Amino acid sequence: MAYVLRRLLEMIPVLLIVVAATFFLAHAVPGGPFDKDRPLPAEVKARLEQYYGLDQPLPVQLGNYVVNLAQGDLGPSIKYPGWSVREVIGSRMGVSASLGLVSLLLAVLIGVPVGVLAASRPNSWLDRVPMGFTLVGICVPSFVLGPILALIFSLGLGWLPPCGWGSAIHYVLPACTLGLITAAPLARLTRGSLMEVRSLDYVRTARAKGVPPLRVWFVHALRNALLPVVTYLGPAAAGLVSGSFVIESLFDVPGMGRLFVTAIINRDVMLILGTTIVYAVALLFLNLAADLANAALNPKVARSR
Amino acid sequence: MSEPVIESLASESGWQRFRRDRAAVWSGWFLVSIAAVCFLSPLIAPYPYMAQDLAHSAAAPSTAHWLGTDLLGRDVLSRLLQGGMISLCVGLIATSVALVVGIFYGVLAAEVGGRAEDALMRFVDIVSTLPLTLIVILCTVVFGQNMPMIFLAVGGVSWLTMARIIRNQTRELKASQFVQAAESLGQSRWGIFCRHYLPNLAGTIAVCATLTVPGVMLLEAFVSFLGLGVKAPMTSWGLMIKEGADIMEECPWLLISPSVVFALTLLSLNFLGDGLRDAFDPRSSRK
Repeated sequence: MAYVLRRLLEMIPVLLIVVAATFFLAHAVPGGPFDKDRPLPAEVKARLEQYYGLDQPLPVQLGNYVVNLAQGDLGPSIKYPGWSVREVIGSRMGVSASLGLVSLLLAVLIGVPVGVLAASRPNSWLDRVPMGFTLVGICVPSFVLGPILALIFSLGLGWLPPCGWGSAIHYVLPACTLGLITAAPLARLTRGSLMEVRSLDYVRTARAKGVPPLRVWFVHALRNALLPVVTYLGPAAAGLVSGSFVIESLFDVPGMGRLFVTAIINRDVMLILGTTIVYAVALLFLNLAADLANAALNPKVARSR
Repeated sequence: MSEPVIESLASESGWQRFRRDRAAVWSGWFLVSIAAVCFLSPLIAPYPYMAQDLAHSAAAPSTAHWLGTDLLGRDVLSRLLQGGMISLCVGLIATSVALVVGIFYGVLAAEVGGRAEDALMRFVDIVSTLPLTLIVILCTVVFGQNMPMIFLAVGGVSWLTMARIIRNQTRELKASQFVQAAESLGQSRWGIFCRHYLPNLAGTIAVCATLTVPGVMLLEAFVSFLGLGVKAPMTSWGLMIKEGADIMEECPWLLISPSVVFALTLLSLNFLGDGLRDAFDPRSSRK
Protein backbone atom coordinates (compact mmCIF):
# COMPACT_ATOMS: atom_id res chain seq x y z
CA MET A 1 0.00 0.00 0.00
CA ALA A 2 2.80 2.37 0.91
CA TYR A 3 4.34 1.47 -2.40
CA VAL A 4 1.21 2.43 -4.34
CA LEU A 5 1.08 5.69 -2.44
CA ARG A 6 4.70 6.45 -3.22
CA ARG A 7 4.16 5.73 -6.89
CA LEU A 8 1.09 7.96 -6.94
CA LEU A 9 3.02 10.77 -5.27
CA GLU A 10 5.82 10.28 -7.75
CA MET A 11 3.38 10.93 -10.56
CA ILE A 12 2.75 14.50 -9.44
CA PRO A 13 6.16 15.95 -10.34
CA VAL A 14 6.16 13.90 -13.56
CA LEU A 15 2.81 15.34 -14.54
CA LEU A 16 3.94 18.85 -13.64
CA ILE A 17 6.93 18.48 -15.93
CA VAL A 18 4.73 17.12 -18.71
CA VAL A 19 2.27 19.97 -18.26
CA ALA A 20 4.98 22.62 -18.25
CA ALA A 21 6.82 21.16 -21.24
CA THR A 22 3.66 20.72 -23.29
CA PHE A 23 2.42 24.14 -22.20
CA PHE A 24 5.44 25.98 -23.50
CA LEU A 25 5.64 23.85 -26.63
CA ALA A 26 1.95 24.32 -27.38
CA HIS A 27 2.19 28.06 -26.82
CA ALA A 28 5.23 28.27 -29.06
CA VAL A 29 3.20 26.87 -31.95
CA PRO A 30 3.32 29.57 -34.60
CA GLY A 31 -0.09 31.04 -35.42
CA GLY A 32 -2.70 31.56 -32.73
CA PRO A 33 -6.18 30.03 -32.66
CA PHE A 34 -7.70 33.35 -33.72
CA ASP A 35 -5.52 33.78 -36.80
CA LYS A 36 -7.82 32.81 -39.62
CA ASP A 37 -7.89 33.46 -43.33
CA ARG A 38 -9.95 36.55 -42.63
CA PRO A 39 -8.20 38.50 -39.86
CA LEU A 40 -10.40 39.49 -36.93
CA PRO A 41 -10.61 43.18 -36.01
CA ALA A 42 -7.89 44.05 -33.51
CA GLU A 43 -10.31 44.88 -30.67
CA VAL A 44 -12.30 41.68 -31.12
CA LYS A 45 -9.11 39.65 -31.03
CA ALA A 46 -7.94 41.52 -27.93
CA ARG A 47 -11.27 40.91 -26.18
CA LEU A 48 -11.19 37.24 -27.10
CA GLU A 49 -7.63 36.86 -25.84
CA GLN A 50 -8.60 38.65 -22.65
CA TYR A 51 -11.60 36.36 -22.23
CA TYR A 52 -9.45 33.25 -22.52
CA GLY A 53 -6.67 34.79 -20.43
CA LEU A 54 -4.25 34.64 -23.33
CA ASP A 55 -3.09 38.24 -22.81
CA GLN A 56 -1.29 37.46 -19.59
CA PRO A 57 2.38 36.54 -19.38
CA LEU A 58 3.03 32.85 -20.03
CA PRO A 59 4.20 31.86 -16.52
CA VAL A 60 1.02 33.38 -15.08
CA GLN A 61 -1.06 31.46 -17.59
CA LEU A 62 0.79 28.28 -16.66
CA GLY A 63 0.17 28.93 -12.97
CA ASN A 64 -3.54 29.47 -13.57
CA TYR A 65 -3.68 26.38 -15.70
CA VAL A 66 -2.07 24.17 -13.06
CA VAL A 67 -4.38 25.51 -10.35
CA ASN A 68 -7.40 24.77 -12.54
CA LEU A 69 -6.00 21.38 -13.46
CA ALA A 70 -5.72 20.41 -9.82
CA GLN A 71 -9.49 20.94 -9.64
CA GLY A 72 -10.07 18.81 -12.71
CA ASP A 73 -10.69 21.77 -15.00
CA LEU A 74 -8.88 21.56 -18.31
CA GLY A 75 -9.99 25.00 -19.45
CA PRO A 76 -12.31 26.15 -22.22
CA SER A 77 -11.98 24.83 -25.73
CA ILE A 78 -11.11 27.57 -28.17
CA LYS A 79 -12.19 25.88 -31.37
CA TYR A 80 -15.40 24.42 -29.96
CA PRO A 81 -17.02 27.50 -28.36
CA GLY A 82 -19.26 26.80 -25.40
CA TRP A 83 -17.59 23.46 -24.73
CA SER A 84 -14.95 22.87 -22.13
CA VAL A 85 -11.92 20.78 -23.03
CA ARG A 86 -13.09 18.26 -20.48
CA GLU A 87 -16.40 17.83 -22.26
CA VAL A 88 -14.78 17.55 -25.69
CA ILE A 89 -12.30 14.95 -24.47
CA GLY A 90 -14.96 13.20 -22.41
CA SER A 91 -17.11 12.72 -25.50
CA ARG A 92 -14.22 11.08 -27.37
CA MET A 93 -12.37 9.24 -24.64
CA GLY A 94 -14.78 6.32 -24.35
CA VAL A 95 -14.33 5.45 -28.02
CA SER A 96 -10.55 5.42 -27.83
CA ALA A 97 -10.43 3.68 -24.47
CA SER A 98 -12.72 0.86 -25.61
CA LEU A 99 -10.86 0.48 -28.91
CA GLY A 100 -7.55 0.47 -27.04
CA LEU A 101 -8.70 -2.09 -24.50
CA VAL A 102 -10.17 -4.39 -27.14
CA SER A 103 -6.90 -4.17 -29.10
CA LEU A 104 -4.80 -4.84 -26.02
CA LEU A 105 -6.99 -7.78 -25.06
CA LEU A 106 -6.75 -9.14 -28.59
CA ALA A 107 -2.98 -8.72 -28.51
CA VAL A 108 -2.65 -10.63 -25.24
CA LEU A 109 -5.08 -13.36 -26.32
CA ILE A 110 -3.18 -13.90 -29.57
CA GLY A 111 0.36 -13.06 -28.54
CA VAL A 112 0.76 -15.07 -25.33
CA PRO A 113 -0.71 -18.38 -26.58
CA VAL A 114 1.31 -18.14 -29.80
CA GLY A 115 4.46 -17.58 -27.77
CA VAL A 116 3.66 -20.51 -25.46
CA LEU A 117 2.93 -22.76 -28.43
CA ALA A 118 6.17 -21.78 -30.14
CA ALA A 119 8.21 -22.36 -26.99
CA SER A 120 6.62 -25.77 -26.38
CA ARG A 121 8.11 -27.18 -29.61
CA PRO A 122 11.18 -25.06 -30.29
CA ASN A 123 12.57 -25.16 -33.85
CA SER A 124 9.67 -27.18 -35.19
CA TRP A 125 7.24 -25.77 -37.74
CA LEU A 126 5.01 -24.84 -34.80
CA ASP A 127 7.79 -22.48 -33.74
CA ARG A 128 9.17 -21.33 -37.08
CA VAL A 129 5.95 -20.40 -38.88
CA PRO A 130 4.35 -18.26 -36.15
CA MET A 131 7.69 -16.62 -35.31
CA GLY A 132 8.13 -15.74 -38.97
CA PHE A 133 4.76 -14.05 -38.88
CA THR A 134 5.66 -12.11 -35.74
CA LEU A 135 8.77 -10.79 -37.47
CA VAL A 136 6.55 -9.52 -40.25
CA GLY A 137 4.21 -8.08 -37.62
CA ILE A 138 7.07 -6.16 -36.06
CA CYS A 139 8.23 -4.70 -39.37
CA VAL A 140 4.89 -3.83 -40.91
CA PRO A 141 3.74 -0.60 -39.30
CA SER A 142 0.07 -0.16 -38.39
CA PHE A 143 -0.48 2.34 -41.16
CA VAL A 144 0.57 -0.27 -43.70
CA LEU A 145 -1.34 -3.19 -42.18
CA GLY A 146 -4.52 -1.10 -41.77
CA PRO A 147 -4.94 -0.15 -45.43
CA ILE A 148 -3.95 -3.65 -46.55
CA LEU A 149 -6.55 -5.27 -44.29
CA ALA A 150 -9.14 -2.76 -45.51
CA LEU A 151 -8.15 -3.46 -49.11
CA ILE A 152 -8.66 -7.21 -48.61
CA PHE A 153 -11.62 -7.48 -46.26
CA SER A 154 -13.79 -4.51 -47.13
CA LEU A 155 -12.95 -3.50 -50.70
CA GLY A 156 -12.04 -6.97 -51.96
CA LEU A 157 -14.33 -9.34 -50.07
CA GLY A 158 -16.86 -6.80 -48.83
CA TRP A 159 -17.19 -8.47 -45.43
CA LEU A 160 -16.51 -5.43 -43.27
CA PRO A 161 -17.24 -1.73 -43.52
CA PRO A 162 -14.06 0.15 -44.57
CA CYS A 163 -14.64 2.98 -42.12
CA GLY A 164 -17.14 4.53 -39.75
CA TRP A 165 -18.19 3.99 -36.17
CA GLY A 166 -21.27 3.01 -34.26
CA SER A 167 -21.71 -0.75 -34.04
CA ALA A 168 -19.59 -3.68 -32.97
CA ILE A 169 -18.61 -4.57 -36.53
CA HIS A 170 -16.78 -1.27 -36.83
CA TYR A 171 -14.36 -2.43 -34.15
CA VAL A 172 -13.09 -5.33 -36.20
CA LEU A 173 -10.68 -3.70 -38.63
CA PRO A 174 -9.12 -1.05 -36.34
CA ALA A 175 -8.90 -3.42 -33.36
CA CYS A 176 -7.40 -6.20 -35.49
CA THR A 177 -4.83 -3.83 -36.96
CA LEU A 178 -3.72 -2.50 -33.59
CA GLY A 179 -4.05 -5.88 -31.88
CA LEU A 180 -2.04 -7.84 -34.43
CA ILE A 181 0.75 -5.25 -34.43
CA THR A 182 0.96 -5.44 -30.64
CA ALA A 183 0.61 -9.22 -30.52
CA ALA A 184 3.81 -9.75 -32.51
CA PRO A 185 6.32 -8.43 -29.94
CA LEU A 186 4.26 -10.04 -27.14
CA ALA A 187 4.54 -13.45 -28.78
CA ARG A 188 8.29 -13.10 -29.26
CA LEU A 189 8.73 -11.94 -25.69
CA THR A 190 6.65 -14.82 -24.30
CA ARG A 191 8.60 -17.38 -26.32
CA GLY A 192 11.99 -15.93 -25.41
CA SER A 193 11.27 -15.73 -21.72
CA LEU A 194 9.72 -19.22 -21.59
CA MET A 195 12.79 -20.64 -23.31
CA GLU A 196 14.96 -19.07 -20.65
CA VAL A 197 12.83 -20.12 -17.71
CA ARG A 198 12.37 -23.75 -18.73
CA SER A 199 16.08 -24.45 -18.42
CA LEU A 200 16.22 -23.10 -14.85
CA ASP A 201 16.91 -25.33 -11.88
CA TYR A 202 13.56 -24.93 -10.18
CA VAL A 203 11.72 -26.17 -13.28
CA ARG A 204 13.97 -29.23 -13.37
CA THR A 205 13.35 -29.78 -9.67
CA ALA A 206 9.62 -29.61 -10.17
CA ARG A 207 9.85 -32.11 -12.99
CA ALA A 208 12.14 -34.38 -10.97
CA LYS A 209 9.80 -34.52 -8.01
CA GLY A 210 7.08 -35.73 -10.35
CA VAL A 211 4.86 -32.74 -10.99
CA PRO A 212 2.77 -33.44 -14.10
CA PRO A 213 4.34 -31.84 -17.19
CA LEU A 214 1.39 -29.60 -17.98
CA ARG A 215 1.35 -28.34 -14.42
CA VAL A 216 5.08 -27.62 -14.57
CA TRP A 217 4.57 -25.82 -17.81
CA PHE A 218 1.64 -23.62 -16.87
CA VAL A 219 1.99 -23.16 -13.12
CA HIS A 220 5.73 -23.16 -12.58
CA ALA A 221 7.29 -21.94 -15.80
CA LEU A 222 4.64 -19.70 -17.29
CA ARG A 223 4.01 -17.70 -14.16
CA ASN A 224 7.65 -16.71 -14.01
CA ALA A 225 7.98 -16.28 -17.74
CA LEU A 226 5.10 -13.86 -17.90
CA LEU A 227 6.93 -11.23 -15.83
CA PRO A 228 8.67 -9.46 -18.71
CA VAL A 229 5.50 -9.83 -20.77
CA VAL A 230 3.45 -8.01 -18.14
CA THR A 231 6.10 -5.33 -17.87
CA TYR A 232 5.94 -4.88 -21.62
CA LEU A 233 2.21 -4.07 -21.46
CA GLY A 234 3.03 -0.52 -20.33
CA PRO A 235 5.12 0.36 -23.40
CA ALA A 236 2.65 -1.62 -25.52
CA ALA A 237 -0.11 0.72 -24.36
CA ALA A 238 2.03 3.70 -25.34
CA GLY A 239 2.43 2.11 -28.76
CA LEU A 240 -1.32 1.69 -29.01
CA VAL A 241 -1.76 5.40 -28.30
CA SER A 242 0.48 6.48 -31.15
CA GLY A 243 -1.04 3.75 -33.31
CA SER A 244 -4.47 5.17 -32.62
CA PHE A 245 -3.48 8.50 -34.19
CA VAL A 246 -3.22 6.99 -37.63
CA ILE A 247 -5.73 4.17 -37.19
CA GLU A 248 -8.46 6.55 -36.10
CA SER A 249 -7.89 8.85 -39.06
CA LEU A 250 -7.62 5.86 -41.37
CA PHE A 251 -10.86 4.20 -40.29
CA ASP A 252 -12.71 7.40 -39.47
CA VAL A 253 -13.10 6.60 -35.78
CA PRO A 254 -14.26 9.58 -33.69
CA GLY A 255 -11.72 9.07 -30.91
CA MET A 256 -9.07 10.97 -29.04
CA GLY A 257 -6.26 10.21 -31.48
CA ARG A 258 -8.07 12.09 -34.21
CA LEU A 259 -9.01 14.82 -31.76
CA PHE A 260 -5.33 15.35 -30.98
CA VAL A 261 -4.32 15.49 -34.65
CA THR A 262 -7.14 17.95 -35.38
CA ALA A 263 -6.17 20.04 -32.36
CA ILE A 264 -2.61 20.22 -33.68
CA ILE A 265 -3.80 21.30 -37.11
CA ASN A 266 -6.21 23.86 -35.57
CA ARG A 267 -3.55 25.17 -33.17
CA ASP A 268 -6.07 24.67 -30.34
CA VAL A 269 -3.62 25.11 -27.48
CA MET A 270 -6.00 24.13 -24.69
CA LEU A 271 -7.12 20.99 -26.46
CA ILE A 272 -3.51 19.97 -27.26
CA LEU A 273 -2.63 20.38 -23.60
CA GLY A 274 -5.72 18.55 -22.43
CA THR A 275 -5.25 15.50 -24.67
CA THR A 276 -1.55 15.24 -23.86
CA ILE A 277 -2.26 15.32 -20.13
CA VAL A 278 -5.02 12.74 -20.39
CA TYR A 279 -2.72 10.45 -22.38
CA ALA A 280 0.12 10.92 -19.90
CA VAL A 281 -2.12 10.17 -16.91
CA ALA A 282 -3.59 7.11 -18.60
CA LEU A 283 -0.16 5.73 -19.47
CA LEU A 284 1.27 6.40 -16.02
CA PHE A 285 -1.62 4.51 -14.44
CA LEU A 286 -1.30 1.65 -16.91
CA ASN A 287 2.37 1.33 -16.04
CA LEU A 288 1.55 1.33 -12.37
CA ALA A 289 -1.03 -1.40 -13.00
CA ALA A 290 1.56 -3.42 -14.91
CA ASP A 291 4.05 -3.08 -12.05
CA LEU A 292 1.44 -4.11 -9.50
CA ALA A 293 0.50 -7.14 -11.58
CA ASN A 294 4.18 -7.95 -11.71
CA ALA A 295 4.43 -7.79 -7.93
CA ALA A 296 1.40 -10.04 -7.62
CA LEU A 297 3.05 -12.61 -9.87
CA ASN A 298 6.49 -12.35 -8.36
CA PRO A 299 6.84 -12.58 -4.58
CA LYS A 300 10.47 -11.52 -4.88
CA VAL A 301 9.50 -8.11 -6.22
CA ALA A 302 6.74 -7.72 -3.67
CA ARG A 303 9.10 -8.42 -0.79
CA SER A 304 11.88 -6.14 -2.00
CA ARG A 305 9.63 -3.16 -1.49
CA MET B 1 53.29 -9.13 -29.70
CA SER B 2 50.84 -11.76 -28.56
CA GLU B 3 48.01 -9.42 -27.70
CA PRO B 4 47.07 -8.17 -31.18
CA VAL B 5 46.99 -11.74 -32.45
CA ILE B 6 44.53 -12.79 -29.78
CA GLU B 7 42.44 -9.74 -30.46
CA SER B 8 42.30 -10.32 -34.19
CA LEU B 9 41.37 -13.94 -33.62
CA ALA B 10 38.61 -12.92 -31.26
CA SER B 11 37.16 -10.38 -33.63
CA GLU B 12 37.54 -12.72 -36.58
CA SER B 13 35.45 -15.35 -34.90
CA GLY B 14 32.81 -12.69 -34.38
CA TRP B 15 32.76 -11.97 -38.11
CA GLN B 16 32.79 -15.66 -38.87
CA ARG B 17 29.81 -16.18 -36.62
CA PHE B 18 28.12 -13.29 -38.36
CA ARG B 19 28.86 -14.68 -41.82
CA ARG B 20 27.24 -17.97 -40.95
CA ASP B 21 23.99 -16.14 -40.20
CA ARG B 22 22.55 -16.21 -43.71
CA ALA B 23 19.53 -14.00 -43.00
CA ALA B 24 21.71 -11.29 -41.49
CA VAL B 25 24.19 -11.35 -44.36
CA TRP B 26 21.48 -11.15 -47.02
CA SER B 27 19.80 -8.36 -45.08
CA GLY B 28 23.09 -6.52 -45.00
CA TRP B 29 23.48 -6.80 -48.77
CA PHE B 30 19.86 -5.81 -49.33
CA LEU B 31 20.33 -2.70 -47.21
CA VAL B 32 23.54 -1.77 -48.96
CA SER B 33 21.89 -2.02 -52.36
CA ILE B 34 18.75 -0.13 -51.28
CA ALA B 35 20.91 2.62 -49.82
CA ALA B 36 23.06 2.72 -52.95
CA VAL B 37 20.17 3.12 -55.39
CA CYS B 38 18.41 5.63 -53.14
CA PHE B 39 21.44 7.84 -52.63
CA LEU B 40 22.37 7.61 -56.31
CA SER B 41 18.78 8.39 -57.30
CA PRO B 42 19.57 11.91 -58.61
CA LEU B 43 21.77 10.17 -61.19
CA ILE B 44 19.93 6.94 -61.94
CA ALA B 45 16.24 7.72 -61.38
CA PRO B 46 14.35 7.36 -64.68
CA TYR B 47 12.53 10.69 -64.19
CA PRO B 48 13.00 13.73 -61.95
CA TYR B 49 11.01 12.95 -58.79
CA MET B 50 8.86 16.07 -59.03
CA ALA B 51 8.31 16.12 -62.80
CA GLN B 52 4.56 16.08 -63.41
CA ASP B 53 3.04 14.53 -66.49
CA LEU B 54 -0.67 15.12 -66.18
CA ALA B 55 -1.34 13.36 -69.48
CA HIS B 56 -0.22 10.10 -67.87
CA SER B 57 -1.54 10.55 -64.34
CA ALA B 58 -2.54 7.59 -62.15
CA ALA B 59 -1.23 5.13 -64.70
CA ALA B 60 -0.75 1.50 -63.74
CA PRO B 61 2.76 0.01 -63.89
CA SER B 62 4.04 -0.22 -67.47
CA THR B 63 7.36 -0.38 -69.31
CA ALA B 64 7.63 3.41 -69.34
CA HIS B 65 6.83 3.73 -65.61
CA TRP B 66 7.85 0.49 -63.92
CA LEU B 67 5.87 1.20 -60.77
CA GLY B 68 3.20 3.40 -62.35
CA THR B 69 2.54 7.09 -61.78
CA ASP B 70 0.69 9.00 -59.08
CA LEU B 71 -2.24 11.42 -59.39
CA LEU B 72 0.01 14.19 -60.71
CA GLY B 73 1.67 11.88 -63.20
CA ARG B 74 4.92 11.65 -61.26
CA ASP B 75 6.94 8.48 -61.67
CA VAL B 76 6.49 6.27 -58.60
CA LEU B 77 9.86 4.55 -58.92
CA SER B 78 11.72 7.87 -58.96
CA ARG B 79 9.72 9.10 -56.00
CA LEU B 80 10.32 5.83 -54.17
CA LEU B 81 14.07 6.33 -54.55
CA GLN B 82 13.94 9.96 -53.47
CA GLY B 83 11.64 9.11 -50.55
CA GLY B 84 14.04 6.34 -49.59
CA MET B 85 16.88 8.81 -49.50
CA ILE B 86 14.93 10.97 -47.04
CA SER B 87 13.79 8.03 -44.91
CA LEU B 88 17.29 6.53 -44.75
CA CYS B 89 18.78 9.96 -43.96
CA VAL B 90 16.34 10.36 -41.08
CA GLY B 91 17.22 6.85 -39.93
CA LEU B 92 20.95 7.50 -39.97
CA ILE B 93 21.07 11.06 -38.67
CA ALA B 94 18.40 10.71 -35.99
CA THR B 95 20.06 7.51 -34.81
CA SER B 96 23.37 9.36 -34.53
CA VAL B 97 21.65 12.01 -32.42
CA ALA B 98 20.14 9.30 -30.22
CA LEU B 99 23.53 7.59 -30.05
CA VAL B 100 25.40 10.67 -28.85
CA VAL B 101 22.78 11.54 -26.24
CA GLY B 102 22.40 7.94 -25.11
CA ILE B 103 26.13 7.31 -24.71
CA PHE B 104 26.67 10.57 -22.88
CA TYR B 105 23.71 10.03 -20.55
CA GLY B 106 24.45 6.37 -19.88
CA VAL B 107 28.13 6.90 -19.14
CA LEU B 108 27.35 9.94 -17.02
CA ALA B 109 24.84 8.00 -14.94
CA ALA B 110 27.28 5.15 -14.37
CA GLU B 111 30.08 7.56 -13.54
CA VAL B 112 28.26 9.66 -10.93
CA GLY B 113 26.86 6.59 -9.20
CA GLY B 114 24.81 6.47 -6.02
CA ARG B 115 21.62 8.44 -5.60
CA ALA B 116 22.23 10.66 -8.61
CA GLU B 117 22.52 7.56 -10.78
CA ASP B 118 19.25 6.20 -9.41
CA ALA B 119 17.55 9.51 -10.08
CA LEU B 120 18.92 9.70 -13.63
CA MET B 121 17.78 6.18 -14.45
CA ARG B 122 14.40 6.66 -12.81
CA PHE B 123 13.99 9.69 -15.06
CA VAL B 124 14.63 7.48 -18.11
CA ASP B 125 12.08 4.95 -16.84
CA ILE B 126 9.43 7.60 -16.38
CA VAL B 127 10.05 9.38 -19.66
CA SER B 128 9.87 6.12 -21.58
CA THR B 129 6.31 5.60 -20.37
CA LEU B 130 5.18 8.94 -21.80
CA PRO B 131 3.57 9.24 -25.23
CA LEU B 132 6.68 10.33 -27.08
CA THR B 133 5.02 10.43 -30.48
CA LEU B 134 3.02 13.39 -29.18
CA ILE B 135 6.19 15.22 -28.29
CA VAL B 136 7.68 14.61 -31.73
CA ILE B 137 4.51 15.86 -33.39
CA LEU B 138 4.46 18.97 -31.18
CA CYS B 139 8.12 19.68 -31.94
CA THR B 140 7.66 19.44 -35.70
CA VAL B 141 4.69 21.79 -35.45
CA VAL B 142 6.45 24.30 -33.22
CA PHE B 143 9.81 24.41 -34.91
CA GLY B 144 8.56 23.96 -38.44
CA GLN B 145 8.55 20.92 -40.66
CA ASN B 146 12.15 21.28 -41.82
CA MET B 147 14.49 18.34 -42.07
CA PRO B 148 17.02 19.21 -39.31
CA MET B 149 14.15 19.64 -36.88
CA ILE B 150 12.73 16.23 -37.73
CA PHE B 151 16.18 14.66 -37.22
CA LEU B 152 16.53 16.33 -33.84
CA ALA B 153 13.02 15.64 -32.59
CA VAL B 154 13.02 11.99 -33.64
CA GLY B 155 16.54 11.42 -32.30
CA GLY B 156 15.73 13.37 -29.16
CA VAL B 157 13.14 10.83 -28.05
CA SER B 158 14.91 7.66 -29.22
CA TRP B 159 17.93 7.60 -26.92
CA LEU B 160 16.27 6.10 -23.83
CA THR B 161 16.89 2.39 -24.45
CA MET B 162 20.40 3.21 -25.58
CA ALA B 163 21.12 5.12 -22.36
CA ARG B 164 19.86 2.19 -20.30
CA ILE B 165 22.03 -0.39 -22.03
CA ILE B 166 25.13 1.82 -22.10
CA ARG B 167 24.76 2.55 -18.40
CA ASN B 168 24.56 -1.12 -17.49
CA GLN B 169 27.63 -1.91 -19.56
CA THR B 170 29.59 1.03 -18.20
CA ARG B 171 28.82 -0.01 -14.64
CA GLU B 172 30.38 -3.37 -15.31
CA LEU B 173 33.38 -1.79 -16.99
CA LYS B 174 33.82 0.64 -14.15
CA ALA B 175 34.12 -2.22 -11.68
CA SER B 176 36.53 -4.17 -13.90
CA GLN B 177 40.16 -4.49 -12.95
CA PHE B 178 41.68 -2.80 -15.96
CA VAL B 179 39.63 0.35 -15.41
CA GLN B 180 40.53 0.35 -11.73
CA ALA B 181 44.16 -0.06 -12.71
CA ALA B 182 43.90 2.91 -15.05
CA GLU B 183 42.27 4.89 -12.26
CA SER B 184 44.97 4.10 -9.76
CA LEU B 185 47.61 5.05 -12.32
CA GLY B 186 45.99 8.47 -12.39
CA GLN B 187 44.38 8.48 -15.78
CA SER B 188 41.73 11.21 -16.15
CA ARG B 189 38.03 10.34 -16.45
CA TRP B 190 38.06 11.60 -20.02
CA GLY B 191 41.08 9.42 -20.76
CA ILE B 192 39.33 6.40 -19.31
CA PHE B 193 36.25 7.23 -21.35
CA CYS B 194 38.22 7.40 -24.60
CA ARG B 195 40.75 4.62 -23.99
CA HIS B 196 38.68 2.08 -22.08
CA TYR B 197 34.97 2.73 -22.17
CA LEU B 198 34.45 3.60 -25.84
CA PRO B 199 36.43 0.68 -27.31
CA ASN B 200 34.71 -1.79 -25.01
CA LEU B 201 31.30 -0.33 -25.66
CA ALA B 202 31.80 -0.26 -29.43
CA GLY B 203 30.12 -3.62 -30.08
CA THR B 204 27.12 -2.79 -27.94
CA ILE B 205 26.85 0.61 -29.57
CA ALA B 206 26.89 -0.87 -33.05
CA VAL B 207 24.18 -3.38 -32.21
CA CYS B 208 22.08 -0.78 -30.43
CA ALA B 209 22.39 1.63 -33.33
CA THR B 210 21.32 -0.98 -35.88
CA LEU B 211 18.28 -1.80 -33.79
CA THR B 212 17.44 1.88 -33.25
CA VAL B 213 17.35 2.73 -36.96
CA PRO B 214 14.09 0.87 -37.72
CA GLY B 215 12.32 2.48 -34.76
CA VAL B 216 13.49 5.89 -35.85
CA MET B 217 12.42 5.35 -39.45
CA LEU B 218 9.06 4.14 -38.23
CA LEU B 219 8.61 7.27 -36.13
CA GLU B 220 9.42 9.52 -39.08
CA ALA B 221 7.01 7.58 -41.28
CA PHE B 222 4.37 7.96 -38.61
CA VAL B 223 4.75 11.70 -38.39
CA SER B 224 4.89 12.05 -42.18
CA PHE B 225 1.83 9.83 -42.49
CA LEU B 226 -0.10 12.33 -40.38
CA GLY B 227 1.03 15.08 -42.75
CA LEU B 228 3.23 16.65 -40.09
CA GLY B 229 6.62 15.49 -41.30
CA VAL B 230 8.30 15.81 -44.68
CA LYS B 231 6.62 18.39 -46.89
CA ALA B 232 5.74 18.27 -50.60
CA PRO B 233 7.20 18.24 -53.20
CA MET B 234 9.74 16.17 -51.29
CA THR B 235 8.54 12.84 -50.07
CA SER B 236 9.41 10.00 -47.75
CA TRP B 237 8.21 6.44 -47.57
CA GLY B 238 5.76 7.31 -44.80
CA LEU B 239 4.25 10.11 -46.87
CA MET B 240 4.01 7.88 -49.95
CA ILE B 241 2.20 5.20 -47.97
CA LYS B 242 -0.21 7.86 -46.75
CA GLU B 243 -0.89 9.12 -50.27
CA GLY B 244 -1.31 5.54 -51.45
CA ALA B 245 -3.70 4.66 -48.63
CA ASP B 246 -5.90 7.64 -49.54
CA ILE B 247 -6.65 6.26 -53.00
CA MET B 248 -5.94 2.57 -52.59
CA GLU B 249 -9.26 1.66 -54.15
CA GLU B 250 -8.42 3.19 -57.52
CA CYS B 251 -4.63 2.88 -57.58
CA PRO B 252 -3.44 0.10 -55.27
CA TRP B 253 0.09 0.26 -56.75
CA LEU B 254 0.59 3.61 -55.03
CA LEU B 255 0.16 1.88 -51.69
CA ILE B 256 1.81 -1.46 -52.40
CA SER B 257 5.25 -0.49 -53.67
CA PRO B 258 6.24 1.92 -50.86
CA SER B 259 4.72 -0.41 -48.24
CA VAL B 260 6.67 -3.41 -49.48
CA VAL B 261 9.97 -1.56 -49.73
CA PHE B 262 9.52 0.03 -46.32
CA ALA B 263 8.59 -3.24 -44.62
CA LEU B 264 11.48 -5.10 -46.29
CA THR B 265 13.93 -2.43 -45.17
CA LEU B 266 12.72 -2.60 -41.58
CA LEU B 267 12.81 -6.40 -41.68
CA SER B 268 16.40 -6.39 -42.95
CA LEU B 269 17.46 -3.89 -40.30
CA ASN B 270 16.02 -6.15 -37.61
CA PHE B 271 17.70 -9.25 -39.06
CA LEU B 272 21.00 -7.41 -39.33
CA GLY B 273 20.77 -6.10 -35.78
CA ASP B 274 19.92 -9.54 -34.38
CA GLY B 275 22.74 -11.10 -36.38
CA LEU B 276 25.25 -8.56 -35.15
CA ARG B 277 24.10 -9.06 -31.58
CA ASP B 278 24.37 -12.82 -31.76
CA ALA B 279 27.81 -12.59 -33.34
CA PHE B 280 29.41 -9.92 -31.19
CA ASP B 281 27.60 -9.92 -27.87
CA PRO B 282 28.90 -12.92 -25.93
CA ARG B 283 26.09 -12.70 -23.40
CA SER B 284 23.28 -13.22 -25.86
CA SER B 285 24.45 -16.51 -27.37
CA ARG B 286 21.14 -18.05 -28.32
CA LYS B 287 20.49 -21.71 -28.65
